[in-house]
Amino acid sequence: MGFDKLVFYVFAAVLVFAALRVITCRNPVHAVFYLVLAFLNSAGLWLLLEAEFLAMTLVLVYVGAVMVLFLFVVMMLDINVAEMRAGMRRFAPVGVGIGILLVVEMALIVRSSAFSPEKFGNLVRSPADYSNTKALGSVLYTEHVYAFEIAAVILVLAIIAAIALTLRKRPKTRYQDPARQVSVRREDRVRLVDVPSEKRG
Amino acid sequence: MIESLWGALPEALQTTIVIVAKIVAIVVPLMLTVAYYTLAERKVIGFMQVRIGPNRVGPRGLLQPIADAVKLMFKEIILPTNANRFLFVGAPLLSIAPALAAWAVIPFNETWVLADIDASLLYILALTSFGVYGVIIAGWASNSKYALLGAMRSAAQMVAYEIAMGFALVGVLLAGGSLNLGDIVQAQSGSILHWFWLPLFPLMMVYLISGVAETNRAPFDVAEGESEIVAGFHVEYSGMTFAVFFLAEYANMILIAALTSLLFFGGWLSPFQGVPLLGEPSLFWFLLKTAFFMFCFLWFRATFPRYRYDQIMRLGWKVFIPITIVWLLVVGLAVVVELPWWFD
Repeated sequence: MGFDKLVFYVFAAVLVFAALRVITCRNPVHAVFYLVLAFLNSAGLWLLLEAEFLAMTLVLVYVGAVMVLFLFVVMMLDINVAEMRAGMRRFAPVGVGIGILLVVEMALIVRSSAFSPEKFGNLVRSPADYSNTKALGSVLYTEHVYAFEIAAVILVLAIIAAIALTLRKRPKTRYQDPARQVSVRREDRVRLVDVPSEKRG
Repeated sequence: MIESLWGALPEALQTTIVIVAKIVAIVVPLMLTVAYYTLAERKVIGFMQVRIGPNRVGPRGLLQPIADAVKLMFKEIILPTNANRFLFVGAPLLSIAPALAAWAVIPFNETWVLADIDASLLYILALTSFGVYGVIIAGWASNSKYALLGAMRSAAQMVAYEIAMGFALVGVLLAGGSLNLGDIVQAQSGSILHWFWLPLFPLMMVYLISGVAETNRAPFDVAEGESEIVAGFHVEYSGMTFAVFFLAEYANMILIAALTSLLFFGGWLSPFQGVPLLGEPSLFWFLLKTAFFMFCFLWFRATFPRYRYDQIMRLGWKVFIPITIVWLLVVGLAVVVELPWWFD
């Protein structure tokens, strides 16, 4: 067994373990940390596949940004575990049904000819100076440019929607205008008045 | 004798030993620098405030960092009641690990680099984005509302400035045409005016300021904020666990200084390129530039009053991000038209 195979099995084992713990953990904050662990290990698997750009982006976007926001929300919520378990009996059949459906679908895809080992039998190791990032970029901005642009527009839409949902202006809200604060001069704030002194009597 | 013993080892073991030796050769000087950086900070700020600074331990106070380290090592580590033990102790490790691991791809000169990987700039970005976990976990695991609120403050700040920093790095990779730090330095070769600080001046300023904010240093040190909140996310930490947070902070400062000199100031390239002897690229120039930016961190701390929290957020989201996006367009255009002098 080569070293990279050992590394693969370590990453894969930790990944499966972490993914299982995400759904079995009682503490939601722990579950988020296990999800982070799962992301890191899948990034490791991508590195083994020489997809360094995807691996780094996964860490950068999901671990560095998305999960931080997840943590913010989960830490702020006071989640009552007992309340969450109340509907267990009612929802269990639906959950099991969807789970079986997912497993069947994945099995169908993984066993299909598109994923057959023959198809990937002749994978070549690219030379050391092969840039994964460059290759991805050149396809993304030429062949798939429309799909890429549409994805970008959808993301911008999401940003605008989020801002529109949270931006409420009430008539009584008062805002600070830093530009005005910075440009304030002494004359605007201080007024010197001559107060005549009282006569000593 | 030694050579034959070395040759008898299996090849995998040989590589491992060489790599471990290289890691030691980077981490030990780094840790020593961190220790004496704290002394330098107290001395420099003392000088700027017309004080003497530490001068009791050893000649001219030179042994002060050692004394501090010994003190912190022997202090008791107090676990708050109902704190999550595992995460409480793990949080400082999570904040120092990325700060050290990022050094793996830093080139010290043309040949001295531990891992000369293709996507080293991405690696740096990914690892620095990881540092926020140490802060959040520390705040949450302490089981204290002060720590949690402090963690939220500094995490929100770090996330905000990370974006501006990332955009500034995108500008650098556009200009350098590579994700490899060594190639980026080579692309700046020519003279002091070829270095990227000139064509990427706004990005350089954004990067440097965001770097200060990202490491939670003054004037962006609301995490510390001794006059408003006690110490933010690490209020419950003591002894060595507390010291590790500070090791991470200082290692990060040195990292930002090293990256600024690599990405915008030509790394190991000499400012007098072309002049015999003085114009040779060498490690010396890299260290000199890094030391200058490390000094800048201290200088900022002694000079600027602390930002108000809403102003920090405004600066990050409403000023820096638009500046970087606009300058990215400018750089992209300059690269496309192959602007002479820098991009031809």
